[in-house]
Amino acid sequence: MFGTLVSQLPIRLPAISYQAIAPEMILFGAALVVLALSATIGRREHPELYRGIGLLAALGEGAWSANLLRLVDKHGASLAIAGAIANDGFSAVVGIIVAAALVLTMLIGPGFVRSVAGQGPEFVTLLLISATGAIVMAQADDLIVIFLGLEILSIALYIMVGFRLRDGLSREAAFKYFILGGFSSAVFLYGVALVYGATGSTNLLKIGSFLSTHVLINNGVLLFGLALILVGFGFKISAVPFHVWSPDVYQGAPTSVTGYMAAMAKIAAFAALLRVLTVAFHLQLQYWRPIIIALALLSLVFGAVFALRQREIKRMLAYSSINHAGFILLGVLAATSGGIRDSLFYLGAYSVMVIGTFGLISMIQVDTGKTEGSLSLTDVRGLGQRRPAMAILLAILVLAQAGAPFTSGFIAKFSVITAVIAVNEYWIAVVAMIAAAIAVAFYLRLVLALFARDENKVGAGDALYPVPVRGGSDAGFLQPSRASQVPVWIGIWLSVAATVFFGVFPSLLLNLVGKGKIFF
Amino acid sequence: MTLLDWLIALPALGALVVPMMALPPENQRLIRYFGIAISLVELGIAIGMAVAFKLHTSSYQFVTKVHWIGAFGIDWYLGADGISLVLVLLTAVLFTIAMFAMKGVKDYRAYVGWMLLLEAACMGSFTALDLFLFFVFFELTLVPSYFLISDFGLGASGRAAIKFFVYTFAGSAFLLVGIVSLVFIHDHQTGHLTFSLPALMHTRLPKDTAILLFLAFAAAFAVKTPIFPFHTWSPDTYRSAPIPAVVILAGVMAKLGAYGLIRFNLELFPATSRELAWLMMTLGVAGILYGAIVAAGERDLGRMVAYSSLSHMGFIVLGIFAFSAEALSGSTLQMVNHGIYTAAIFLLLGMIYERRGTLDMKKLGGLQKKAPMFAAVFILVVMGMIGLPGLNGFVGEFLILIGTFITHRWWAVVAVLGVVLGAIYLLWAYQRVFHGELKDDRGFRDLAPREALLLLPLVALIVFLGVYPMPLLARINPTTSAIVHHVATAPALGSSTVSSIVTGGTK
Repeated sequence: MFGTLVSQLPIRLPAISYQAIAPEMILFGAALVVLALSATIGRREHPELYRGIGLLAALGEGAWSANLLRLVDKHGASLAIAGAIANDGFSAVVGIIVAAALVLTMLIGPGFVRSVAGQGPEFVTLLLISATGAIVMAQADDLIVIFLGLEILSIALYIMVGFRLRDGLSREAAFKYFILGGFSSAVFLYGVALVYGATGSTNLLKIGSFLSTHVLINNGVLLFGLALILVGFGFKISAVPFHVWSPDVYQGAPTSVTGYMAAMAKIAAFAALLRVLTVAFHLQLQYWRPIIIALALLSLVFGAVFALRQREIKRMLAYSSINHAGFILLGVLAATSGGIRDSLFYLGAYSVMVIGTFGLISMIQVDTGKTEGSLSLTDVRGLGQRRPAMAILLAILVLAQAGAPFTSGFIAKFSVITAVIAVNEYWIAVVAMIAAAIAVAFYLRLVLALFARDENKVGAGDALYPVPVRGGSDAGFLQPSRASQVPVWIGIWLSVAATVFFGVFPSLLLNLVGKGKIFF
Repeated sequence: MTLLDWLIALPALGALVVPMMALPPENQRLIRYFGIAISLVELGIAIGMAVAFKLHTSSYQFVTKVHWIGAFGIDWYLGADGISLVLVLLTAVLFTIAMFAMKGVKDYRAYVGWMLLLEAACMGSFTALDLFLFFVFFELTLVPSYFLISDFGLGASGRAAIKFFVYTFAGSAFLLVGIVSLVFIHDHQTGHLTFSLPALMHTRLPKDTAILLFLAFAAAFAVKTPIFPFHTWSPDTYRSAPIPAVVILAGVMAKLGAYGLIRFNLELFPATSRELAWLMMTLGVAGILYGAIVAAGERDLGRMVAYSSLSHMGFIVLGIFAFSAEALSGSTLQMVNHGIYTAAIFLLLGMIYERRGTLDMKKLGGLQKKAPMFAAVFILVVMGMIGLPGLNGFVGEFLILIGTFITHRWWAVVAVLGVVLGAIYLLWAYQRVFHGELKDDRGFRDLAPREALLLLPLVALIVFLGVYPMPLLARINPTTSAIVHHVATAPALGSSTVSSIVTGGTK
């Protein structure tokens, strides 16, 4: 029966350009290698080996993306695999940013995750798989392929968020993220179906050319589909009003996973969003720009204001990441006229900063004897006296997130503001800068606590989030040894160094992301 | 590299070196000596610039220009004219004194490091000719001052520090949007993306845009100066910052605002400045009167000086927007004078606080009998603030009032009231603190040699500039005349024909 079907409807496989999808293959292949190795040589025996393989794969992926960028520069952009994958500067640049985020997480994360989730290969494997999904989303030139990447990325993230099995907060976070994430994926998919219904294709280029040659008398289906797609993306980037999950998930996830998620989910979702809006819907600018503006303004303002009320650092940084999402959306709203470069710059700078920030917070959590689930402002009081290096590095990264001069955070904010002004939306730029000024207040409160002169006192923050007793909810919590902290410090120093270096010499990074042009 | 590059690079390098000086506690003094040494070299460079400075020209000198961020047309572009020069001198002098004034600090590394970074940022702001570069330095001043206030301040300094940072940052928000908008308008007109001030001066702006941009720039500078009604951060900040930092905050950083008004608002938007002069002058006069009245009612010496500072900065704003060469020269000179006597008065307040642990006038009294020298220096500085002829405050205020009277008579008339009120509250304060009955039996040490040496250069400058301000005026005047000429000759805004002379008075 099946045989006759196949013979009647011959499926022609398109030519596959392995060169174009090599980044995915390197990462996914490494994930499989790690799994196979762990099955043969013992699950828990060689944690550093898994990390090493992961690091190599991330570096290899970055190098290949750089190579692709060189080839695109030389031969021009192209489509691969029946037009489903775009091999252009944009996907290569995103590939490099993904590699940077992955390398930092590989250095910082495994040591901490091992202490809560055991010595197995799961974390490294899931990191590699989720990064694969991110690259698929960046390269995808087809709504279905975007959905594929989205699911690869998201499912890996759902699992990682729930790594701290014994803690109720973590289970709640994973469950919440999974349910809401699944729901938003469904909404996204429904949007894809409606767009397909309206235009007859899921391919972004075909949608774009269909919409430029046809006038839809009743474009309600198309616009509703577009709106649903934006909702799906809004959830992934945690833009207000689709942000309610993020504080809980940021708090519940293992800290290094939080940092990774903040970076990678944004990189992937913004990359796909930029491509969808500029390739498929560039003529629908007047419809989607107001939505993006609304999302951006809401995220900017609410992210900054709600963060002010937080005493729990991880929740505060969740709102800060909502605020950052608002800033990147400013680049998106100018996507059709040069905003892509500024969004990419912001994504790159932010990813490096945020992974380093959460890495330091992991260190501080270990140092103050807290679990990965909580760290309040009162816990870090006076850290500057006990651990000056940690406090200073964290202060640099937090100030960079606030947008202090001579850090990449400043240039990032500056560049998206220029993008917004370039499309004559002056008042949005003003609102954004005022939101940044409000945001400064909570970043500074963290810095203030770090360098407070009085010693650590048990305050209200601990009553709200009681420390689980050893042997209780976080039984098996191991203090990472000094040796396992070396790669963590390397990762943190890399992140701080990149943040400061690209703040003083932004031209290098600006030129790189300037090559990230979308092919259409 | 020109002298200007070194002026910024030297303290910046110092700020990088200081955190690495991990010395045992008994050798912490060495870090302080390092800071003092750098600030002295800095003072030497500034004096060298003043000597090498060519008189009788209003063009920028010691210019240096290197590409920085090509993608946005941003250059490392520095230069100094007369106004920049005297402010650079003031900065160098006050930082040297602040470094000497540092004492009894537990963590010298952080203190000296932040001070040096702040010095680099202030020097950069006063000499940057690229708008982006200026903005970067202008913002960079916030970070070290935040840490100086919050980590070394008195009382609830953390909140004051955050208030200070957020207020000024919100002001700068408008400045950044204004700068970028102006650059893009210039880009559309000429196809040349650049942030350089001399190039942007030739941007043609429609009337509404010009007014909005003027206000955007003015917002940032009004907060920083502070100009009434954007001053609410300043009493808290001045009251809770440590003394060496407040010397810099009130002495140097307040001048950043006034400097910005001259350098950017007047030069980039001459016609709009003319048109909105009434607004700025009214705010200035309101600040003069409001500051003086509130200062008269204050019972805390620190807050009183903060409000008196608001009042005195009002004069400077008045002089800037009066558009006569005398008034603008007076304002520039008054910036220097205000820096010097504010530094001196805050040092004195710091010494009172050190001895008695309070600045509340009700708890102080009769100190003159215990410490005659202290009282003598205090009254001299207070007289300088009041504007007694022969002391430095007089020269600046007199020039401002004369210059304003020529062009905008009634504002000058009202502003004079501020001088009278100033005499009242300052003399009251002196009386309450130094005359009358002693409020407690504790002794009050007279000036120690170290303290006397700290105050000596400031007192000498107060007297010297009061008697012979020519060295500064000779360097200021060509620049201020050129700016006044630039403003006066700029074509009127937009389509409306008569509006530009609305505020003219009798020209």
